[in-house]
Amino acid sequence: MAMKTASGAPAAMPAGTTPQARTGFWAWLNKRLPVEEFITTQMTGYLAPKNFNIWYFFGSLALAVLVLQLLSGIYLTMFYKVGEASSFDSVEYIMREVDYGWLIRYLHSTGASAFFIVVYLHMYRALLYGSYRAPRELLWLIGMAVYLALMAEAFMGYVLPWGNMSFWGAQVIVNLFGTIPAIGPGLVEWIRGDYAIADATVNRFFAMHVALLPIALLLLVVLHLAALHEVGSNNPDGIEIKEKLGPDGKPLDGIPFHPYYTVKDLVGVGVFFVLFAIVVFFVPTLGGLFLESPNFEPANPLSTPEHIAPAWYFTPYYAILRAVPNQRLGALLLLLAVMLFLFLPWLDRSPVKSMRYKGWLSRTALALFTVAVLVLGYLGLQPATGLYVVLARIFAVVYFAYFLLMPIYTRLDPVKPVPERVTYHAH
Amino acid sequence: MADHAVVADDEVDLSRRKFLTSATIATGAVGVAFTAVPFIESWSPSESARAQGAPVELDISKVDPGQMTVAVWRKTPIYVVRRTPEMVAQVSGHDPQLKDPKSDDSDQPPYAKNTLRSRTEEYLVLIGVCTHLGCLPKQRFAQGELYPSWPGGFFCPCHGSRFDLAGRVFDGSPASTNLRVPPYSYPNPRTLRVGEDEKGVA
Amino acid sequence: MRTDSGGRRRRDAWAAARCGCSLLATALVALVLTQATARAAEEAAGANEPKKFGADWQSWHANTNVTDMPSVQRGARNFASYCLGCHGLKYERWSRLASDLAIPTDLLQKELLPPGDKATDYILTTMPSKDAEVWFGKAPPDLTLMARARGTNYLYQYLKTFYADPSRQTGVDNLRFPSTAMPDVLSELSGVKRAVFHDVMVKGEGGQFMHQQVFDHFESLAPGRLSDSEYDGFVRDTVNFLDYVGEPAQAERRALGVWVVLFLLVFTWLAWLVKREYWKDVH
Repeated sequence: MAMKTASGAPAAMPAGTTPQARTGFWAWLNKRLPVEEFITTQMTGYLAPKNFNIWYFFGSLALAVLVLQLLSGIYLTMFYKVGEASSFDSVEYIMREVDYGWLIRYLHSTGASAFFIVVYLHMYRALLYGSYRAPRELLWLIGMAVYLALMAEAFMGYVLPWGNMSFWGAQVIVNLFGTIPAIGPGLVEWIRGDYAIADATVNRFFAMHVALLPIALLLLVVLHLAALHEVGSNNPDGIEIKEKLGPDGKPLDGIPFHPYYTVKDLVGVGVFFVLFAIVVFFVPTLGGLFLESPNFEPANPLSTPEHIAPAWYFTPYYAILRAVPNQRLGALLLLLAVMLFLFLPWLDRSPVKSMRYKGWLSRTALALFTVAVLVLGYLGLQPATGLYVVLARIFAVVYFAYFLLMPIYTRLDPVKPVPERVTYHAH
Repeated sequence: MADHAVVADDEVDLSRRKFLTSATIATGAVGVAFTAVPFIESWSPSESARAQGAPVELDISKVDPGQMTVAVWRKTPIYVVRRTPEMVAQVSGHDPQLKDPKSDDSDQPPYAKNTLRSRTEEYLVLIGVCTHLGCLPKQRFAQGELYPSWPGGFFCPCHGSRFDLAGRVFDGSPASTNLRVPPYSYPNPRTLRVGEDEKGVA
Repeated sequence: MRTDSGGRRRRDAWAAARCGCSLLATALVALVLTQATARAAEEAAGANEPKKFGADWQSWHANTNVTDMPSVQRGARNFASYCLGCHGLKYERWSRLASDLAIPTDLLQKELLPPGDKATDYILTTMPSKDAEVWFGKAPPDLTLMARARGTNYLYQYLKTFYADPSRQTGVDNLRFPSTAMPDVLSELSGVKRAVFHDVMVKGEGGQFMHQQVFDHFESLAPGRLSDSEYDGFVRDTVNFLDYVGEPAQAERRALGVWVVLFLLVFTWLAWLVKREYWKDVH
């Protein structure tokens, strides 16, 4: 369908947006619910920058994993029996006696780790391209709220199988709240509902994991998307496409989300699920990283596993916690390590958004930060002895320096001139 | 020059586009169907349910003639009646009063689709659940017990359905089909095995 | 990559490698031969000494293969004969075992099923756990998930590193799990061995030096009913069985996975073609 403007030049009429006469059921429906309006404003009429690269797959992938976790999780709830006496056994019941129960379980356990891989890469994109900068500060803050809710959700979910690592991991993390001055010890007992992690604890964690937090996550994701659509997406060049409009008032470098990014994201989803399926079907424990070995033994309050480590996606923070010789200070620094992300929109003083045009100072800082996170993550899995402690301290300093020195190095940084239009090569 | 990002091309690409999109959607739909299978299958009775629903064996030599014993199979009562020769005779002579004398509409294995609705004359094996709304019928084996022409059988207290000594339903009952017969077999003359027959485990 | 000089360079490189290789090969052969002669002489001289082995025990691998059905079947039989007396497999049913390992019902009844148990029952040990705690200090753990909790290498090493230790109540100790409460129930099959330690000076946490006993090698004290290789096979079969029982669905999982990944690859390829087609629009 060759569409041309009056001047004969090809018009920007993308496939599938011809206004249709509303007839029959479609007319009836749209009089009562703004379905077509939603499609034309949020899908076919929402213009996204045309220069998205690989870093821009992870938002839609996060949504895909959320759906996966909801589906597999609801099904697990049909067979899982919460309770100190029954949780562990019911998981084995699912693995052995429910038809395809093993598959539903592995989808959920792998999905939890996949969620964090995707979310961390999604957040990293923001660090690369300054997606947290104005006018997207609120978008970033809502995203951080999603991240925090996700961490709570994952933590509670991990307690539910009631394996030995579930128990001891919960014991350690809940005890952290005991470091809060004055209210700490009482708070810990209140969270647990008992004098140790017990039946009361796993029951309330179940309620929160299955009902409260998923609802919160869904609401936050909706808000996240609404905030995104309000300001429009950033892009790898960090320039605002809304500043270069065509005669029709639309951004010159924008393309309709549907069909261009729906089909592109479908490929991303496909590649993701290939890798995901390889893990689920061939290496579901991933050598103890996705399903820890000690968790195949039931919770035993009288026997601590040799190495207590949280799930891999918490280990950078765990390494920072253990690097500090003082328990209270360590807990405080752990909190700070998470919370500093919130301040990024105001810590970054660079005149440009994207790492493509920032100078060597910012690039070095990000590179060091990346290495620090990876090293701290590794260290969090190891025992806190000898050289490991020294390294954890060094890299914890690097980690904090990325944030705390940012106002300085982003101002001193020699930046490159940003282009007028986005850089795009047809593909 | 208004160089917009998107320029639609000519006709040829459109048909290729349509074909590829349809092929992808079709493949995706197949994928979704296959993905649904484990979720749907997971609702089937689990290994535990199947184990608890395994065939049940009874020593039928312990049942006195004219008596009924109740076993439990898959959480439902199974009526096992050891019919005396008189009781066997009581099964005939009232076909016109039955809704389904030949058991054409009722549920039973092939070997129970006969007048006596059983493999042998002597033993009657029935699922003791009324085919109306699921109450447990009570035994009324004596002739004339309910009314003068009553040939003996079962009476359901909930809504008054009546069944004869082969479990066949009488006219005037709210129930419309005969009492169901479970799959069963006799591994040896003294033992009744409910839940397994020539076709295997139910 | 098309110039003649490049080709000649590559050919020369291969020729040099071959030349060097043959030199190296000759050297290697000479080395092996001299070693073999030396070892033969050594063995001839020490033929009457107790066998020394086991120094490398920490690198022993179980190399399980749950698709090796005969091995898993033998392991099941081994388990029923030697382990079921104390250890249960409480998450596995006899009927599941029979169906997965193709054991016919009559064989199951005759050889494996304890008297009084139904095929659909869970595989429970007859040992009452309270008594076991009194006898052994702790109840023998259920083994259904032990292969997943500790790993198959751990189990393999555990069953092969029992040694005589008269100072202990059970008369034995274990390298893989020191101070284990389990007696060496397989000693009739494996034979009895003792562990030879040597003294080593080690720097402690506080910086001071102290003596430490480090394992050196095993010495066989008495042979068992099985030869070394037979006992090794016995342990491998048993560990293979424990690997299976830890996750009975694993064979099905891998088989299904092949189809799922293939399907997803096809789907992704189609999706990519659609993407490429639509993105021709974008300039």
